[in-house]
Amino acid sequence: MGWNLIRAWTFLVYMFMFLPVAVVVLLSFNASQFGSFPMTGFSFRWFVELAQNDAILRAFRTSIILGLLTAAISTTLGVLASLALVRYRVPGTNMISTLLIAPILVPEVVLAVALLLFLNFLQINKSFTLLLLGHVIFTLPFVILVVQARLVSIRRDVEEAALSLGASPRQTFFQITLPLMLPAVLAGALFAFTISFDDITGTLFWKPGGVETVPTQIFAMLRNSISPEINALGTVMILMTVGLPLLGLAIARKLSTKSGT
Amino acid sequence: MSVEAREARQPWILLSPALTAVALLLFVPLIFIVIYSFWLRTATGADQVGFYLDNWQEALTDPFYRDILLNTLKIAAITTAVCAVMGYPAAYFIARSKGNKAILLLLLMLPFWISYIIRTMSWINILGVSGAFNSTLMALGIISEPIQMLYNETTVILGLVHFLLPFMVLNVFVSLDGIDTNLEDAANSLGATRWQAFMQVTLPLSLPGLAAGGLLCFVLGAGTYITPMVLGGPTDAMFANLVFEAIITQLNWPLGSALSLMLLVVLGVLVLIYNRYLGMAQLMKGLG
Repeated sequence: MGWNLIRAWTFLVYMFMFLPVAVVVLLSFNASQFGSFPMTGFSFRWFVELAQNDAILRAFRTSIILGLLTAAISTTLGVLASLALVRYRVPGTNMISTLLIAPILVPEVVLAVALLLFLNFLQINKSFTLLLLGHVIFTLPFVILVVQARLVSIRRDVEEAALSLGASPRQTFFQITLPLMLPAVLAGALFAFTISFDDITGTLFWKPGGVETVPTQIFAMLRNSISPEINALGTVMILMTVGLPLLGLAIARKLSTKSGT
Repeated sequence: MSVEAREARQPWILLSPALTAVALLLFVPLIFIVIYSFWLRTATGADQVGFYLDNWQEALTDPFYRDILLNTLKIAAITTAVCAVMGYPAAYFIARSKGNKAILLLLLMLPFWISYIIRTMSWINILGVSGAFNSTLMALGIISEPIQMLYNETTVILGLVHFLLPFMVLNVFVSLDGIDTNLEDAANSLGATRWQAFMQVTLPLSLPGLAAGGLLCFVLGAGTYITPMVLGGPTDAMFANLVFEAIITQLNWPLGSALSLMLLVVLGVLVLIYNRYLGMAQLMKGLG
């Protein structure tokens, strides 16, 4: 009896998590003028309108460029730091780990204010650069956590074998370590991109006037009323942020079965 | 340079870019806003450099700020409690289920990837004047006019629970999953009922996960300003909204600094207490 109750409860919890999102997707195909019930028919018209809306296309371009640059920088910094933490015995590892994940221990609003005011003091005004620096520092801890967790599972003896067979450290890194690390690196990059693409809390503080990312664009559109376009935009975003990691997961699984780790 | 010395230097070379970034983009800015909070904004809009206690006096003694701070903590506490009650059984089910564990876990991760702003605004589709709820009630003839259910404190809490529940479930799951099920069986065979075995063995062992999930829910909930802006009414501002207001709308940066630091100290004390008793390792498990 008890178990069935827990099962029913779990089902309800999952419904609670997904039903509202499912409604967004459902309504984005609504033929009606208004972004609400009742559904009057099935239509792609709101997606067509999205594709013709310059403001939204600009927001997408900004978000994607920002996400890619954030992922590139954050992953580079994160992978190097993770290598040091996993591969070497560094005095004070705990302290260093805590320092490196500090950006997510501080409330994001406070991080946003501190960075905005400090960089403004250094004459770096609200700009794309500020936005990028903010996203890098905010995503770095997540990259480090994800990459570190995966690096631990790579066995050292493969590298030692390469070294003992006469490969130089450089050759070993590029031909053995890096390919083995690739799933970890990709997972980190994907994570950074997704977080950057979704962020709004810090972004609203850092973005210069007139520049919108997709989340801030949605936020600005919400001020009026919920339009079918917002639901369509939401559907596209869900496809991007859910579809991409799932694809990444599939690729990572394929890569890891191929390399046998 | 000797081989050993080079070996010893290598990790620091690898660590230095990340550590430099955290120092320059987080720690120095935090120190900077401590200094900034003692400056003064003048009527002309320029900041007066110096050592003035005015901002702190305003932030700490004005009942307006105190009430909103207390209300923010109350909202975060309710949110955390609701997340625990909703999330614990679900986490238990996932940890103990045999067949669909992988798919349940994958589904649990999905909300992390769905944009926060979309999950927040999705409730307008459900509870709005022409949302799913009102349309259904009107179609059934239960009401003749739509009811305004949105834009109050309850919907703010609802939005926060929806946003934070996965953090709770995941943390409790991680801790339940690490408990040897034999312990519960042993308790049963020694004469405990299943309920007793759960209350006296499993629940205490899963408390670290519950605490980690609770801390995340509380800190993330108390630091939000988007949810009250989207789902709250004009009187439902939380403390982070005051920070946003001071920094972005009023451009009173010294006061905004003081308010940010207040939020940091209040939530930081919680993190420190947590760290003192449970350590950061549990939190890392749930995040990684």
